[in-house]
Amino acid sequence: MERREYNFTEKKDTRSGFGDGLYEVGSKNKDIVALCADLTGSLKMGKFKEDFPERFVQVGIAEANMMGIAAGLTIGGKIPFTGTFANFSTGRVYDQIRQSIAYSGKNVKICASHAGLTLGEDGATHQILEDIGMMKMLPGMTVINPCDYNQTKNATIAIAEHIGPVYLRFGRPKWPIFTEDNEPFIIGKAKKFVEGNDVTIFATGHMVWQALEAEKILYQKGVSAEIINIHTIKPIDKEAILRSISKTGCAISCEEHNILGGLGESISRILIENNPIPFKVLGVNDSFGESGKPIDLLSKYGLDPKNICKFALDVIKRK
Amino acid sequence: MSKSIEDLKKISSQVRRDILRMVHNIQSGHPGGSLGCTDLLVSLFFNIMKRKEKFDMNGKDEDIFFLSNGHISPVFYSVLSRSGYFEINELNTFRELNSRLQGHPATHEGLPGIRIASGSLGQGLSVSIGSALTKKLNNDKSLVYVLMGDGELQEGQIWEAAMFASHNKINNLIGIIDYNGQQIDGPVDKINSLLNLEEKFKSFGWNTFLCDGHNFENLLKTFDDAKKRLKDNKPVVVIMKTIMGKGVDFMENSHKWHGIAPDDDQLKKALSQLDETLGDY
Repeated sequence: MERREYNFTEKKDTRSGFGDGLYEVGSKNKDIVALCADLTGSLKMGKFKEDFPERFVQVGIAEANMMGIAAGLTIGGKIPFTGTFANFSTGRVYDQIRQSIAYSGKNVKICASHAGLTLGEDGATHQILEDIGMMKMLPGMTVINPCDYNQTKNATIAIAEHIGPVYLRFGRPKWPIFTEDNEPFIIGKAKKFVEGNDVTIFATGHMVWQALEAEKILYQKGVSAEIINIHTIKPIDKEAILRSISKTGCAISCEEHNILGGLGESISRILIENNPIPFKVLGVNDSFGESGKPIDLLSKYGLDPKNICKFALDVIKRK
Repeated sequence: MSKSIEDLKKISSQVRRDILRMVHNIQSGHPGGSLGCTDLLVSLFFNIMKRKEKFDMNGKDEDIFFLSNGHISPVFYSVLSRSGYFEINELNTFRELNSRLQGHPATHEGLPGIRIASGSLGQGLSVSIGSALTKKLNNDKSLVYVLMGDGELQEGQIWEAAMFASHNKINNLIGIIDYNGQQIDGPVDKINSLLNLEEKFKSFGWNTFLCDGHNFENLLKTFDDAKKRLKDNKPVVVIMKTIMGKGVDFMENSHKWHGIAPDDDQLKKALSQLDETLGDY
């Protein structure tokens, strides 16, 4: 695999990828029902609502009720997709998800927008940084955090085919598109963007683009970084992780999430049990977020290409 | 085939014996609410609901029952087994290691008759609404029943769901409240009063019925009327007055028997008040 430099010609929000994916899969599969808690516009569910009103459930500002209704809809064969902000999709309704969906083994797709710091100006009340941790701890829950518009759209289509509860996490800001339009999304299979030899950078969500930008800087410095997109945090692609680090000998992880409970922790466990190479976890360091422009927030909290490079060079030194 | 009132009484007596023996055997579980809802569940499963003999999770073209107040699992398990969903001898495994009869109802172990886990309160009404919506989408004319405790109505999710059900004209759902006035820490009125419960539901846009949860004639007639009222395009709630611990004199009307198992002497005394009509498991 030759080194490829990733660029973009268009930016689009990942939530629009969800909205378009939901519309596409909902057009084909009449068992798909969409539920929303007063955020139809924010979740880009308007087109689905307009064209399939009989399969759109507006629950109002009542997320707990939405999760229960979604669980009940599966009894009789429907495939419910719930849509609200990530904060209200998880922390607010954890017990409803735990008992009525996860423990009950219901085929509900929990679709969560505005995750992480890049929600921006609304601030910490809405910027959930703990959701991946909460969701990955639930037995049987699949946890997916796609990296751009196309991947979010393709993931939305893919989860309709998967039987079992899924947490799909995406975001608010316009973000570079750098994956292929019709690339099939394979749940649980990591995607290698750049082949490298000196260090592996595992990234998820918006941080994949930040990692690709960091790779360009590292390349200029003569460092060959391997960039791997872990879009499925659970079940995680253990083989891809171990294969990569057996070559590079050191790694970092990047996520728009608390370092406690996120992707980095999942990778740490795999490494410590199998091949304890030098490793560092880049994420929000056990704090809440705050108001600000998405890109400024990412910089302040160290989730920018510059800091990714620093982390990468640090682990290379420890080899 | 519907049962006569006499038959229902006999089944209830046996179910009450099952409840007491199950809870006594493991020295754990919730006899009070179970005894109080026995006549209702027997009426539902043996007379009111149109259901298929064999359990199917999707419950298409048959009435579906959800238990929201999952802690009264003993009465649910006994009625499910006496209805033929599984062997009555399995009641002997209640709350044991590796049992399908978990402390609170669960789908995880695949016990026939259970469609959702419950125990953490306040979630069943929402689930039943989802199931009712699916029936509408599938053009399935059968009904959904959900039982809630009165103390459980202190959970906010119930009122989110109550608001939704009337706004969306969920006219294939009958909610039932076990209105025994007791919860773990004491009388509901002393803990956090529901005030005028019937008016609360009315103001949320529901049609309401009151009934005596221990009078079979009244129960059957009320549910018959309740079904007819669904044509109003509103959800219906049956507020069912019950006695916690019903059928065992020393357990009746006391919240103390919410979650306490009888000892050997108490079991003996309790069973002496209940005829073994269908044979103990």
